[in-house]
Amino acid sequence: MSGVLRVLDPGLVTTVQDRGRPGYQRVGIPPAGALDTEALALANALAGAPADAAALECRFLGPTLEAEGAAVRVALAGATARGTVTRTDGTSAPFEGWRSLILAPGDRLGLGALGPSATAYLAVSGGLALAPVMGSRSTLMRARLGGIDGRALRVGDRLAAGALPDPADRAERGLEPPRGWLSDAPIRVVLGPQDDHFTPEAVAAFLGSVWRISGKADRMGLRLEGPTLQHHTAPGRGADIVSDGIVTGAVQVPGSGQPILLLADRQTSGGYAKIAAAISADLPRLGRLGPGRTLRFEAVDTGTAAALAAEARAHLQALIGAIAPVRDGLDLDALYRENLISGIADPGD
Amino acid sequence: MGGGNGTGSTGTEGAIRHGAVPTPRFLPFGDAALIVEFGREKDRALSAAVLALDAAVAAAKLPGITETAPSFRSLLVQFDPLATEAASIEAAILDLLPRLAPGAAGQPRLWTLPACYEGPLAPDLASVAERAGLTPAAVVDRHAAIEHHVYMIGFLPGAPYMGDLPGEIDLPRRRDPRTAVPAGSVAIAVGLTVIYPFESPGGWHLIGRTPAALFGAHGAPGRPDAPVLLTPGDAVRFEPVGGAAYAAIEQAAAAGDWVPEWRPRLPQAPQ
Repeated sequence: MSGVLRVLDPGLVTTVQDRGRPGYQRVGIPPAGALDTEALALANALAGAPADAAALECRFLGPTLEAEGAAVRVALAGATARGTVTRTDGTSAPFEGWRSLILAPGDRLGLGALGPSATAYLAVSGGLALAPVMGSRSTLMRARLGGIDGRALRVGDRLAAGALPDPADRAERGLEPPRGWLSDAPIRVVLGPQDDHFTPEAVAAFLGSVWRISGKADRMGLRLEGPTLQHHTAPGRGADIVSDGIVTGAVQVPGSGQPILLLADRQTSGGYAKIAAAISADLPRLGRLGPGRTLRFEAVDTGTAAALAAEARAHLQALIGAIAPVRDGLDLDALYRENLISGIADPGD
Repeated sequence: MGGGNGTGSTGTEGAIRHGAVPTPRFLPFGDAALIVEFGREKDRALSAAVLALDAAVAAAKLPGITETAPSFRSLLVQFDPLATEAASIEAAILDLLPRLAPGAAGQPRLWTLPACYEGPLAPDLASVAERAGLTPAAVVDRHAAIEHHVYMIGFLPGAPYMGDLPGEIDLPRRRDPRTAVPAGSVAIAVGLTVIYPFESPGGWHLIGRTPAALFGAHGAPGRPDAPVLLTPGDAVRFEPVGGAAYAAIEQAAAAGDWVPEWRPRLPQAPQ
């Protein structure tokens, strides 16, 4: 039997996301999907869910959920929670995440404030049981598509989890928060496609400045504040272009000269010149940033970017491989088992 | 999303005439995409080249390409940087260019969409007519007389950018954008026509409303094979209907008893 998570408090903006909905950009539908795909992968691995499973994307302030019907294994990765798990016997314990946790029926998990990353994923064993829409369970709120009726979580929503893969396996698994998860290292970009719409000074200022993320930051994009980037004054080389396609990570610069970094729920086409686009290896890091944080950019060529993409994939595999049994008092059963069975830490599941 | 309708054309018969396709520029776009840019302007000949290349890329099934998206003047090609690289895709596209056949991916359709250009469904018709120095009826005649080419699908899911309007009704956007434009609104600006698939903010001139749904996650009504009614390379003719007829069609559409009509659109070669 599969358990259900009932929403007692939805958190700030909690949506169902998986790896996204590619293939529909030609008909105006952006990919959506997890802003931080690395955190999603880690949460799914911790929970014992397939890599392409959907989880709850929690932003800034996570939800409070209660298990119903049967036990559900959940796992949180991406940010550290100031959470609490309250058992039916009235006992409670702190929950910081970066680990799995079995919730028995009646148990409540409140995640509270998340940090330092803006984004965490609460995955469940077997993945969230929702019908895919156009090949994905990801929520695209602007088109009311996917997830739960295309919207953020509300009080009273009930989310069905997959069954525990092995009811006898109660060993919880965890992971040290990875080093450099929210580093100040520059976001690597490839210049173009319209970097020739900017003065050389503007390109230098783009690469040489510290940019602050404004309060206007959501799943569509991050508005950046910093020096004004001047477009060329030559005809046809300014801020406005005849609309062309957009990718996630693109940095468009409207006439105001203040860049906008476009994320998963962005429009599919746009009429502003794009000075650069973030490389795929650094897209997950963009999903961790919220208002008030700063970032810098560094230009790389596509060959370097390809090597970094391969490196990022290997690094993620290594993190998944480092998932190990948790040794704490949250689940005495698990602790007991781990003491009896050494080498249980098979991350491959 | 569909094969090309030019896939059977291997000889010069039916091919886009030699020299008609401008040599594109390849623009890098991050490490997982590139833009094949045929020009910088909105232009029917450029659009024909873009759509023909889109169909050819789909038919060629180039390894590592994850999706393509046509726009007015360029083709966005997204790829898996762990599976291929921009240089390989550029080389493959240069091979395809001399053999492009006119047409677009899938089977382009010519749709007939009813539109009510009256009363509250056409709040900006009078002001458009005034600025154009025409009567409202003359604006409607001009808008309904032409075949609107779907350049691309863009600002919202399923929303078509269509062209081209005659110069008399080619107006800039409204100075005061609306915060809520009703779904189905037929709107004009900058030489183009759009249809708003959902209620959304908008700054275009609303000259009518169509009861045809443009978007459906499980297949648009009238097009069960796709989540959107219109795809790039399709064309639309608007058929003026009165308020009562509009209401009747809207009701029938809601009940599932009405879907828009279409017939195959003939391939469009560059002019």
